[in-house]
Amino acid sequence: MDLRFTPEETAFREEVRAFIRDNLPTDIRDRMRLGHGPRKEDTVRWQRILNKKGWAGLSWPKEWGGPGWTAIQKMIFLEENQVAPAPELSSFNITMIGPVLIQFGTEEQKKRFLPRAANLDDWWCQGFSEPGAGSDLASLKTAAKLDGDHYVVNGQKIWTSTAHHADWCFLLVRTNPQAAKRQEGISFLLVDMKTPGITVRPIISIDGSHHLNEVFFDDVKVPVNMRVYQENKGWDVAKFLLGNERTGIARLGKSKERVKAAKAMAAQVNANGRPLIEDAAFRQRIAQLEVDMQALEITQYRVVSAYDKAKGNGRPDPLSSVLKVKGTELLQATTELAMDVAGPLSMPVWAEELAAMNEPDDMLEAASASTGSYLFLRAASIYGGTNEIQKNILTKAVLGL
Amino acid sequence: MWEGSLNGERTMDFELSDEQRLLQDSVSRLMADRYSFEQRKGYLKTPEGFSAALWSQYADLGLLGLPFAEEYGGFGGGAQEIMLVMQAFGRALTLEPYLATVVLGGAALRHGGSDRQKAAILPAIAEGSMKLAFAHSERQARYDLTDVLTTAKRSGGGWVLDGSKSVVVHGEAADKLVLSARTSGDRYDEHGITLFLVDAAAPGVARRGYATRDEQRAADIALSNVAVSDADVLGEVGQGLAIVQRVVEAGIAATAAECVGAMEAMHSMTLEYSKTREQFGKPIGSYQVVQHRLADMFMTMEQGRSMAMLATMMVDQPDADERARKIAMAKVGVGQAGRYVSQSAIQMHGGIGMTEEYAVGHYFRRCMAIERLFGDPAYYLQKLAA
Repeated sequence: MDLRFTPEETAFREEVRAFIRDNLPTDIRDRMRLGHGPRKEDTVRWQRILNKKGWAGLSWPKEWGGPGWTAIQKMIFLEENQVAPAPELSSFNITMIGPVLIQFGTEEQKKRFLPRAANLDDWWCQGFSEPGAGSDLASLKTAAKLDGDHYVVNGQKIWTSTAHHADWCFLLVRTNPQAAKRQEGISFLLVDMKTPGITVRPIISIDGSHHLNEVFFDDVKVPVNMRVYQENKGWDVAKFLLGNERTGIARLGKSKERVKAAKAMAAQVNANGRPLIEDAAFRQRIAQLEVDMQALEITQYRVVSAYDKAKGNGRPDPLSSVLKVKGTELLQATTELAMDVAGPLSMPVWAEELAAMNEPDDMLEAASASTGSYLFLRAASIYGGTNEIQKNILTKAVLGL
Repeated sequence: MWEGSLNGERTMDFELSDEQRLLQDSVSRLMADRYSFEQRKGYLKTPEGFSAALWSQYADLGLLGLPFAEEYGGFGGGAQEIMLVMQAFGRALTLEPYLATVVLGGAALRHGGSDRQKAAILPAIAEGSMKLAFAHSERQARYDLTDVLTTAKRSGGGWVLDGSKSVVVHGEAADKLVLSARTSGDRYDEHGITLFLVDAAAPGVARRGYATRDEQRAADIALSNVAVSDADVLGEVGQGLAIVQRVVEAGIAATAAECVGAMEAMHSMTLEYSKTREQFGKPIGSYQVVQHRLADMFMTMEQGRSMAMLATMMVDQPDADERARKIAMAKVGVGQAGRYVSQSAIQMHGGIGMTEEYAVGHYFRRCMAIERLFGDPAYYLQKLAA
C-alpha cells in the first residue's frame, strides 16, 4: 500500500499541467475562470487540441487513438483539466459511445465513428430517458419496428443534454414489446440527428440555460447497420455504458476549482468589516469541505487503483456508486459555497442587459456565474442515476439485501 | 514492498504485501479464537480489566515488538503494520494496553529515546514484561498539547516532579510513565516542556485508576516530590513538545484504524440484523428506508477508511506541516464517520441496540472514546481553519 504518487505520476501531472497552461486558448480560460460553462465552440476547440496531442481518447485502446494511460493517469488528467479550469471532454463521445463501440461495435461502425468522436467532428447525445422512464429506465416505450433494411422509430426522449448541438444520438428503443422481461426487448441504435422526423424542443433549466431538450421521433428511418450489438440485446450495451468508467464521476477537480474560486472571492468581499476569508465560521466551512474532498480523493484512488490492478477487465466496482453520491454531494456543497460567498451579488443575472450597462465587472460576472453553477448542479444528484438509485445499487451489490 | 507495477510503470498501490496479509490473518485468527464477546466479558471481570494471558500471546506473536527495530527485539514494522493490528483490535474491541504501550510509548522512544533507553525498554516491551503509559494531558488542558502545568525542577544532580496528569489511558497498568513536565516557561509555552521516563512505582507517584465509558482503564496520576535522574530525560530538555506531537500523531493514526475496525463490526452486525429481524411480516432490511441508511453507513465507513489510510501514510511523512495538516484532516473525517456509523447502528437495531448485553453499544462507546482521544473533530477543524 502506498498512497504517495510515484515519481512517474508526479512527472505526468507536471506534463499535463504544463500542456494545459501552454495550450488552453486564453479567451476560453478567461470565461471559465469567471465560472461560466464552456460554449459549444469552446468544447470543440479544446477537445481538438487535446486530440491532436493524442489525449482525447482517455481510456480508449491505443489502436483507436487512446493515450494508453493507466486509470491513475487518467484521473490525474481529469483533475488537472477541471482545476485549470478547461472545458471537459465530451463525456457522450469519450466515456459513453466510444467505449461502447470499441466493445460492441462492428468494424465498420468503429472506423466510421471513433476517429470523428475523438475529434468531436460528431457531437453525440444520449437518448435514454423518457417522460415515463427516468430512474426506471427499462420501462422505456420509444418503439422501433423493422421494415426491410431499416427500423422505423416513433416516440419521445427527454432530458436529452445538448441534443440541440448534436450530430448523432445513441438511442435506446423497444424492438420487442412482447419480450418476457422488459429488459429483453430493447435495442441500441445510432441515429443521425438530421434524419427527417426528428424534432428537438428546448427545455430551459432553472439556471436559465438551454442544456436540456425533448426529442421527438416521428417515423424516423434508421438503417439496420446502425444497430449496435444484437437486436433486443441493447440493455447489455446500456448496462455496460452506465457501469463503464465511472471513476471520473466524482468530478473532484471541479469541486476543488469551485472552492478555489470561492476563496478568491472571499478575499475580496467583507463580512463585519473584515474580509470574509478571515471569518472563523467561514474558514471552518471550507476546512470541512476540504476534509470531505480529501477523503473522497483517497476513496477515488482506491477505486481507480483496483481498476488498474484488474487491467480494466474488472466488473464495475460498486464503490463507484460511493464516488457518484459523495462526489455530487461535494459538487453541490462547493457550488453552494461559492454562491454564498457572493452574497447579494449572486442575484443579478449576468446577461446582455447587465453587460451592456456596466464597465467590465469581473466580480459581478463571477458572482452571477456562481449562482448559475449552483442552480444547474442541483441536477448532479439526479443525472447519471439518481443518488437514491446509487444507494439501491449499493444495497444490492455490496450489502446483498 | 509497497509499490505495484503496471506495464512496467510503478503506480500508487493499495494492496497488502504477503507478509502483511500473514500478519492480518494471524491477528484475526487469534481474535476469532480468544476474543468473542463472551470471552471479552471474562477479561473485563479481572482486576486489571484486560487479559494478561492474551498480553503474553501478543508477545509470542511478535505484536508487542512489531514497530521496533530488530536490534531491540522488534520486527521492524511500521505504521501500516500497526494499522492492520489496530483494525483487527477494533473489530474485537480488545482491552489490553497495546495503544498505550506499543503505539504511544513506542513512538515516544522512537522519536525521543537514546540508544541506552531504547535498549533498556523496548526489548522488555517486546517480550511482554513491561508496559508504558503516555502521561501528558492535564485536567485544565482539554486538547491543548502546550497546556502543561506539571513542573520539573532541578534538584542536585536530577529533577523533582510535581503536579498531576488526568485520564491517562492505562496509567494504572503501566510500569513506566512517559510523562511531560515544564522545565521552563509558562503555561501554553511551546518551549520548556520536557519528557521524562518515570517509574510508576516511584515514591511520590499516586495513581487513582478507574473505568472509562468504553470499559477501558485510565488513571489520574498525582506527582509529589518525585525524584528522577538526568538519565530519565527523554529527548532534549525543553524540547518535549515535538516528541509529544509525534506520539499524538501515531496515536491518531492507530486509533483511526481501530475505529475503522469498530465501524466494520457495527456495519456487519447491523446488516445481519436487518436480514433477520422481521416487522410487518418482512425482514426490516427489505424496507428501502433501512436499506438506504445501511448504504449511507457503508459510504461513510469507506470514507473513514480512506482517511485512516491517509493518517497511516502520513505518520512518517518528513514535512511536519504537511503531516500535521493531513493527520488533522484524517482525525476529523474518522471521528465524524465513527459517530455517524455508531449512531446509525443503534438506531437501526432499535431497542436491542440500547442494551448492555448486546455488542453494538460497546462499539458505540469505543468510537466515542476514540473521537475524544487526542482532540475531537471540532478541535481539529478549528486548527485546520486557523
